[in-house]
Amino acid sequence: MNNSLTIHHTPDPYADTRIPDPHQDTFSKTVLGFWMYLMTDCILFAALFTTYAVLHNNTFGGPSSRDLFSLSTSFIETMILLFSSVTCGFGMLSALRNQKYRVVAWFAVAFLLGASFIAMELHEFTHMVQEGNSWTKSAFLSSFFTLVGTHGLHVSVGLLWMTVVMIQVYLCGITVVTFRRIALFSMFWHFLDLVWIFIFTFVYLMGVI
Amino acid sequence: MSNDLSLKETQKEWHGTLKSYVIGFVASILLTAVSFFIVMTRALSGPILIFIIIGLALAQAIVQLLFFLHVGQEAKPRWETVVFYFMVMVLLIIAGGSLWIMYDLDDRLMSNMTMEMSHD
Repeated sequence: MNNSLTIHHTPDPYADTRIPDPHQDTFSKTVLGFWMYLMTDCILFAALFTTYAVLHNNTFGGPSSRDLFSLSTSFIETMILLFSSVTCGFGMLSALRNQKYRVVAWFAVAFLLGASFIAMELHEFTHMVQEGNSWTKSAFLSSFFTLVGTHGLHVSVGLLWMTVVMIQVYLCGITVVTFRRIALFSMFWHFLDLVWIFIFTFVYLMGVI
Repeated sequence: MSNDLSLKETQKEWHGTLKSYVIGFVASILLTAVSFFIVMTRALSGPILIFIIIGLALAQAIVQLLFFLHVGQEAKPRWETVVFYFMVMVLLIIAGGSLWIMYDLDDRLMSNMTMEMSHD
């Protein structure tokens, strides 16, 4: 380069050009994009939590949270989801070591735990509806079913996604593409466990106090 | 695509280790057990209990963000961390603002009603 031409364009003294920006490859770009989706989902859940916080005392003569929620059920649900989250993480670790059958095995365990979580939640919901306490009963129950149901819907979609990822890993092995999908799925699954922390605290624990 | 990495290079970009998952898992179990325990046994009551279980939930959220979702451990520039803090800001504005407005409205409507009742 000619010094006389570049002398007026002093480069940024803090820009370290020896290290390239790492967000250039497909993997980090996809992870960043998926992370942005998760953050918008967080805002969706924040809106539903706020709705619940505003409406949770409006029981319209129907049962309140104290009459409906069982701490033992929500504790078991919490533990199941936490175990599912960590087994999914172990699947991710196996993917780092290119152990395809272990990935499928860990994901199968995470799938069974996630499915039992959904089964427990559906059992709880049907029990409430059969006793006449459905979402049409009061503003409190509408906001409860919307908040917890949206989380349950996310977990159900996650189970479907997990099945697809397991089949792909089984058929194609660990490649750049399947590794990326495993990584995105594990982020999604950990995120759902994170949202559940606030559901068991704000809905179930504070509901019975 | 000239920018695409091999599988090995891609795997190097992931931050999770067995240690991080085990630490996150054990800490989450302990924090969950403590919250359920103090509510079930009524070891505490009133506002202190509420503050403590919210504090335990926030602690567990931070544990899971650090050890499961690896927030803040990516290479510079940390776009994911920036997006995360932006989300926290939007969340505080939406949730805090809505609660502020709704409770304020509640108070005002309630005070109007009691005023009308006292006029009758």
